Amino acid sequence: MEQQTRILKVLHRVSGKQINPGQNESLFASGLLDSFALTDFVTGLEEEFGVTIPDSDLSARKFDTVGKVALYLSAKAK
Amino acid sequence: MAYLRAFGSYLPPRRVGNEELAALVDATPEWILTATGIEERRYAAADDTIAGFGLLAAQDCLANGGASAEELGMILCASGSSERYCPGPASQIAARLGLTATPALDIPVASCGSLIGLALAAQLAPRAGPVLVVGAEIMSRCVELSPQGKDTAILFGDGAGACLIDANTGFARIADFQLHSDGASAGILKIENGTIHMDGRSVILQACRKIPRAISEVLERNGLAPADPGAYLLHQANLNLITRVAGALKVPEERFFTNLSRYGNTSSASLLIAAGEWRCSQTGPLAAPLVFSAFGAGLNWGALLAVPV
Repeated sequence: MEQQTRILKVLHRVSGKQINPGQNESLFASGLLDSFALTDFVTGLEEEFGVTIPDSDLSARKFDTVGKVALYLSAKAK
Repeated sequence: MAYLRAFGSYLPPRRVGNEELAALVDATPEWILTATGIEERRYAAADDTIAGFGLLAAQDCLANGGASAEELGMILCASGSSERYCPGPASQIAARLGLTATPALDIPVASCGSLIGLALAAQLAPRAGPVLVVGAEIMSRCVELSPQGKDTAILFGDGAGACLIDANTGFARIADFQLHSDGASAGILKIENGTIHMDGRSVILQACRKIPRAISEVLERNGLAPADPGAYLLHQANLNLITRVAGALKVPEERFFTNLSRYGNTSSASLLIAAGEWRCSQTGPLAAPLVFSAFGAGLNWGALLAVPV
């Protein structure tokens, strides 16, 4: 499964909404995430991609669009 | 060794409900309640001061502990919202208690400041004598009561709490603590030029991980499981956050004492105000371990374990 599909899978599960936001669309402004759902989203990404997101990366700005999440995970994979 | 001997608090009489606040920040009372779990908070009067609040909490604490100011070996005062940094409120509280030579030190740390004070007092009391830890805040002066300041204005309230730590007597022994700081993330929560700035989403993201981790660290080190403590006393920041922490530790939420709905987030005062109310609700001696935890600006966070005597 490609990265984008896996990110959306986590997003759909956490938000409970089958909405596919644009790459640069804010996940907060679109109503898909709030502060507490963001916590679940980050944990879900760790589980789905088998990565550990360190505390130093726990900034909402790193995870507020699908595009930023994809870039972050790609950098982690290198 | 050091013991928790007594708690005290002071809350100003002016109540600010969600309806009054909603009109100022362009929100609905229902949204404020859902987002924060807060029904009302207390606001200081124009001529109130941090030292004045701290003094009233200190006097309440000394009375509850059957102690006199002259017994004190030291005063520690946590405040992130003090109207004056140097000298800060600690020496003013000491002076107004009639003390002229007792060391009085400020801890200029919002939210986590009183937890830091408890930890330091546990170390200092055996040498200095009884240590009075005070947390006093007037956060209503650090928020912007406008639609632009909505995210912080809905959260904060004013008040003061105090705790007397004694090397010889008390209802619980301070068994262990762990404090942490991470200045690299200081930008997400700070009070600068008298105004609080908060990236709330990042704060929640950090707090949801750091608080359970700090608590687990202290419990594990003492051979305890999260189910063992009879009560958890947390900095009263956000009801949803406390629910998250309970979930992460797999502990029934009922073990987490909360008074957030009545006072909002009183920053460093909240832990001691909550502890005092929890203590008043108890009858008889402490039967199970007690956990304190806080997280806030700095970032500073940690946990403290007290056990029955």
